[in-house]
Amino acid sequence: MAEFRITDTVDITDVVCPVTFVKAKVALEELEEGDILSIHMNDGEPVQNVPRSIKEEGHRVLKLIHNEDGTYDLIVQKTEA
Amino acid sequence: MAADYAALKAGGFMRQKQKDMFSMRLRVVGGTVTVQQLKAIAEAAEKFGHNYVHLTSRQGVEIPFIRLEEIDEVKDFLAASGVQPGVCGPRVRTVTACQGGRCCPSGCIDALEIAEELDRRYFGRQLPHKFKFGVTGCQNNCLKAEENDLGVKGGMVIDWNLEDCIFCGVCEKACRRGAITIADGEIRVAPDQCNHCGRCVTACPTGAWKGSEGFLVSFGGTFGNDIQKGREILPVIRDRETLLRVADAAIDYFADNAQPGERFAKTLERLGWESFTEKVLNAYNS
Repeated sequence: MAEFRITDTVDITDVVCPVTFVKAKVALEELEEGDILSIHMNDGEPVQNVPRSIKEEGHRVLKLIHNEDGTYDLIVQKTEA
Repeated sequence: MAADYAALKAGGFMRQKQKDMFSMRLRVVGGTVTVQQLKAIAEAAEKFGHNYVHLTSRQGVEIPFIRLEEIDEVKDFLAASGVQPGVCGPRVRTVTACQGGRCCPSGCIDALEIAEELDRRYFGRQLPHKFKFGVTGCQNNCLKAEENDLGVKGGMVIDWNLEDCIFCGVCEKACRRGAITIADGEIRVAPDQCNHCGRCVTACPTGAWKGSEGFLVSFGGTFGNDIQKGREILPVIRDRETLLRVADAAIDYFADNAQPGERFAKTLERLGWESFTEKVLNAYNS
């Protein structure tokens, strides 16, 4: 993760779809343009769908990191539409 | 003079239990009706029917309680606003479709445009039995393609470009079929595992995955007295001309080989799938 300057992190492993995306979206709203958010999510539905929803919101997806423990960290750069 | 019920049925007027009353079926393509048409339909239901319409299971609209003696009048009334009667009986029925790529973020094809093309080409064509077309925009299959004698499902033929790829890993997880693997600075797709859903394309943050429209066609579906799921026997179709050639071959096969009153699934079961498969494969390859 050293290659990205993470501004903030949000854990969405404690909620289910569609709140996963809502929680990530709220976290992004609190950031400034260009800031980088690391979104901690579960395998399955969240990792299949949240990256696409983030893209559709216009943000830049930089990396999906597999933590090898059933969770992933999605690295996203806030981009104003 | 006795009413010609068969002719009325062919013209979209279904005889009701109530004496000399008919439910009038309207021609609808892909469940799309304009506001002008809706206004005329509402007015016709008020004037000639019982002040309501019935929305059918296949996206059609029917106006029940039309009197035998007013059939011509209601037809003229609706025709003035571009509303035509539908059909019933042994012929090509309403072509159904979801909204597809025109509105839906998941849609891989313009399902309505395909439905309109199929409707122009085949609607009302006389056949040994009813024949239903349905067009769905993607693998989510909201329109249930396999319920139809010929179902069309939208897909994407995918392609990956190294130059645009940042190897973020999103596509590998977005694929529900496990068809994508990232290894040694390259992305590999297992072609037999890809179902052309296009999720890699819609999820890719950099546009490294590109998709062009594809069609997956199923044959012999029916969900009435007998239930059969339509079968996909062809590889993905990559252009509309081929799609229409394949549809022509299938409907011609049905016209030439089905017995009167025999649904497509039964014809295929009786004659075996081999000769039919050969015929549509020829159309696919020509």
